[in-house]
Amino acid sequence: MFEKVKEPIEALRLSNLKDGSSLVIAGFLANGTSEILVDAILEMGVKELMIICNDTSFPDKGIGKLIKNKRVRKVITTHIGTNPETQKQYINKEIEVDFVPQGTLIERLRAYGAGLGGILTPVGVGTIVEEGKQKIVLNGKEYLFEEPLSGDISIIKAKWGDEFGNLKYYGTARNFNPVMALAGKKVIAEVENILKVGGMNPNEVETPGIFVDYIVKGGN
Amino acid sequence: MDPKEIIAKRVAKELKDGDIVNLGFGIPTLVSNYIPEGVRVIFQGENGILGIGGENKENPDYEITNAGNTPVKILPFSSFFDTFLSFTMIRGGHLDVTVLGGIQVDEEGNLANWIIPGKMIAGIGGAMDLAVGSKKLIVAMEHTAKGEPKIVKKCKYPLTASKKVKLIVTELAVIEVNSDGLFLKEISPFTSVEEVISKTEAKLSISKDLKVMDL
Repeated sequence: MFEKVKEPIEALRLSNLKDGSSLVIAGFLANGTSEILVDAILEMGVKELMIICNDTSFPDKGIGKLIKNKRVRKVITTHIGTNPETQKQYINKEIEVDFVPQGTLIERLRAYGAGLGGILTPVGVGTIVEEGKQKIVLNGKEYLFEEPLSGDISIIKAKWGDEFGNLKYYGTARNFNPVMALAGKKVIAEVENILKVGGMNPNEVETPGIFVDYIVKGGN
Repeated sequence: MDPKEIIAKRVAKELKDGDIVNLGFGIPTLVSNYIPEGVRVIFQGENGILGIGGENKENPDYEITNAGNTPVKILPFSSFFDTFLSFTMIRGGHLDVTVLGGIQVDEEGNLANWIIPGKMIAGIGGAMDLAVGSKKLIVAMEHTAKGEPKIVKKCKYPLTASKKVKLIVTELAVIEVNSDGLFLKEISPFTSVEEVISKTEAKLSISKDLKVMDL
């Protein structure tokens, strides 16, 4: 619980990254995505990955680099519109894409982290999102039952953190990071400014350190 | 006048002082350029910002952005939050107006805007949550695509939202959706009722007090 700061590849090895692993990667169009950890994943040469993410970014940024280098077998995502490489691989059936509404994606990840059995949402009713899902009517209103979602490793990023793993985020780079910190069996955080334990004001901690397994020094 | 400018200008007139508004990609983004004088609109970005103050060209911070990844200015009352809270706002009914682009809208107020199977694949993003949670869903789109009507009897492409569209604004017309179908409320100064009908596949009822768009 107290020796968490590692080199990127060491943190990924300790988290048992291998071919076929499922990764929960935070960020919104690469804003808030750990480029250092994505580069380390590329360098390790693993393939057949499953990625859970908001979007597949751009071909040369964040998650987009894993797609472009054909390391990904499947993505569970809300949007691929900014990455022509994902679109091409999807049309050619080289990659599997499960589309999830953004608000449903975040709640499914949160449900896993919070120990809930799933969520009921009105979003997706009457669309192809409802296919294969249980529909529940409560007080005359239709909801879809959506299952919890998690991965083997969560990759997150924070502006500030201490060596215990307490984290604080910045601006709109926050996005999926606080909830994705709850949704991996192992959680690795890239932290731009790493402080000694005691260096953070407890009032400002957004992710308590117990959710973070390893910390990697970030750039800016 | 540029069709997109007509659409954006007319949509902007729908917004009221104090409205909390989310603008989708494309034409909807342009709406923020035409907010009438004295109307204070609060823009939300689903990436986790409330109170967007326009593009920040002078001193861009790439970690303070709108949902299109453009660096933006913040306002004295702005706040940042995570995706969980952003969609709690959106799905929980705390937004007044959402403006989305469209591929097709039909007579029941169904919207298709995220995929043309085998051709154009963007994705759902926040659109399904926005369409369900917003008090008023406006679709801002061009009236036709390559000459083909976009306002149709029944959407051919996969839906984004079922029966949620309240208003359609195009460069030719303002069309209200209610339980009886589509009502032509306004036409642009550069068209006629006949042209609007000929470029619309869906059945249109002509409003008794049909107006010319005030641009």
